Amino acid sequence: MMLSFNAIYIIWLREMTRFFRAKSRVIASLSMPFFFLIFLGLGFNAAAKFSGIPQGIAYIDFLAPGIIGMTLLFDSLSSGLSVIWDRQFGFLKEIMVAPVDRLSIVAGKILGGVTTALMQGILILLIASGIGVKITGFTGFLSSIVFMVLIAVSFVALGLVFASQIEDMHGFQLITRLFAFPVFFLSGAFFPPDNLPVWLRYLTYVNPLTYGVDGLRYCLIGITHFSVTLDVLVLVCFSTLMIILSTYLFSRIEVD
Amino acid sequence: MFAIKTDKITKTYGDLVAVNNVDIEINKGEIFGLLGPNGAGKTTMIKMLATLLKPTSGFAQVWSHNILNEPDAVRRSIGIVFQNPSIDIELTGRENLNFHAIVYNLSKDLRKKRIDEVLDLVELHDKADVFVKNYSGGMQRRLEIARGLMHFPNVLFLDEPTLGLDAQTRRSVWGYIKKLNEEENITVVLTTHYMDEADHLCGRVAIIDHGEIIALDSPASLKKSIGKDTISLQVMEKDIFLNALTVSDLMKDMELHDVSSDKFLDGSLDGSLDGYLHLSVENGEKMIPRIMDLAHKEGVFVQSVDLHKPTLEDVFLHFTGRSIREQEAGKKEYMQRMMGARMRGTR
Ligand SMILES: Nc1ncnc2c1ncn2[C@@H]1O[C@H](COP(=O)(O)OP(=O)(O)OP(=O)(O)O)[C@@H](O)[C@H]1O
Ligand SMILES: [Mg+2]
Repeated sequence: MMLSFNAIYIIWLREMTRFFRAKSRVIASLSMPFFFLIFLGLGFNAAAKFSGIPQGIAYIDFLAPGIIGMTLLFDSLSSGLSVIWDRQFGFLKEIMVAPVDRLSIVAGKILGGVTTALMQGILILLIASGIGVKITGFTGFLSSIVFMVLIAVSFVALGLVFASQIEDMHGFQLITRLFAFPVFFLSGAFFPPDNLPVWLRYLTYVNPLTYGVDGLRYCLIGITHFSVTLDVLVLVCFSTLMIILSTYLFSRIEVD
Repeated sequence: MFAIKTDKITKTYGDLVAVNNVDIEINKGEIFGLLGPNGAGKTTMIKMLATLLKPTSGFAQVWSHNILNEPDAVRRSIGIVFQNPSIDIELTGRENLNFHAIVYNLSKDLRKKRIDEVLDLVELHDKADVFVKNYSGGMQRRLEIARGLMHFPNVLFLDEPTLGLDAQTRRSVWGYIKKLNEEENITVVLTTHYMDEADHLCGRVAIIDHGEIIALDSPASLKKSIGKDTISLQVMEKDIFLNALTVSDLMKDMELHDVSSDKFLDGSLDGSLDGYLHLSVENGEKMIPRIMDLAHKEGVFVQSVDLHKPTLEDVFLHFTGRSIREQEAGKKEYMQRMMGARMRGTR
């Protein structure tokens, strides 16, 4: 198998071009995490604390990495929509008949999805620090980007897995939403998993986003439930698996 | 060696057999046409050869690569213009061409040169930097063709390449296809609903109906196979002329048709037009002067002469029982619907 960097580049570039031409979509997708951050963060700050949040950490500080995780999750998954879109408008034929191996196609799409998700994740992070979330420092900020990328790769690839199996837009949106909400709520983004009943707690442990949020928390506010090594390990394994799976499923796509 | 060789290739959709056990061999360097009514299976066939659809059974070799287990190698050997839209309407025309050029690995200089060339060909230079969603239907089609002709593949598939184009653009696209075929030695496989297109371009034509090949030959041989030329004469003194004809040595080279019972090639009966004679001949254009000579000698006045040579149209009708004209009308409607759906999709 030979990667075609030209193809990866131009597929990525096309995603970027389309992204920047659809500004209203960007604003719409940023609005949800923004409101979550403001209302939940500021609201709960005044109210009672969840058990499991270390002393001296404000709730909004605890919440911010979770909201970044949420932004990345939703945005990454929905980037699979571009495949559905391409199928509907016929451009998928041009892509699938191209003389490049399927991994390059998937890589281009993933790179595109990751770039846009990352931009939004960083934007939310900046907004968060703008409204007073205390971030440990600049190195923390830089290392958090590593986790953002890992989370984005995982869920963009998963979005492509869904997109390779679902042909219509509404079906895709329904499925990704049905999938994303439990993943999000059971990731420890809102509150430490210790607050959950035992059986649900186990679900959070098999949820890759849990490790992503945990890693982000370590980088941004210096607390961690597992360990950074485990976080990285889980995310690398999961994203690799998703890349392999999406490439395999892409090579079997039929376009008519 | 063949450019394409299929082996009992079949595609079914549920109970529907879209392509049925087709064995076909396409030579390197030829322009090969697939003719058939709507739903005959032409597009399905091409999509299987282009690796976009998997055959239900059977397989094919494209440029000596098996479409089943060497899809990447097949894709490296082919280019394709699709019947249905396949451009990104959110990009400009030039961006679409650029995408194609980069995916097909054209060098930077070549890329610029080819983009200019194909834009010239379809006369889209002044629209190159406009979003494709603001193109007219015909312009979108022209862009699709331009893109398909940009790189030089071994085998070029053209699924109804000139559908919806104005006559002038069609002509220049024909010229270009011929040029690609002759100068770059590109094997071309095309489907079309325009008989003149098939006649003008194709060295060989396969007629496909209900997923099966029912005739395959050069346009000239196909036309020959369904009958000779027909000369229709309108004369004043029909009986005198008939008598003269039957005793003349012209009879060696022709067959006389009984006006009241004979049918034209297109199946319409001709009984009402009194005074018409129908002669079935080879090389009608050479027979006409001889007939006129005879009429002159006999002092018979010929009011009109008409020569009908079998067309691919007649061949099509003969083999499928359907006239291509009906097909064409249906096609236009379809095209309009496609464009309509697209517009609604973008809002
Ligand atoms: N995805 C599909 N699902 C079910 N049936 C299909 C599908 N695609 C094509 N068919 C059927 O397969 C048959 C062949 O279709 P195809 O598109 O190959 O015809 P065609 O010869 O290209 O016709 P046209 O001249 O209209 O383009 C048709 O009966 C069509 O309804
Ligand atoms: Mg077709």
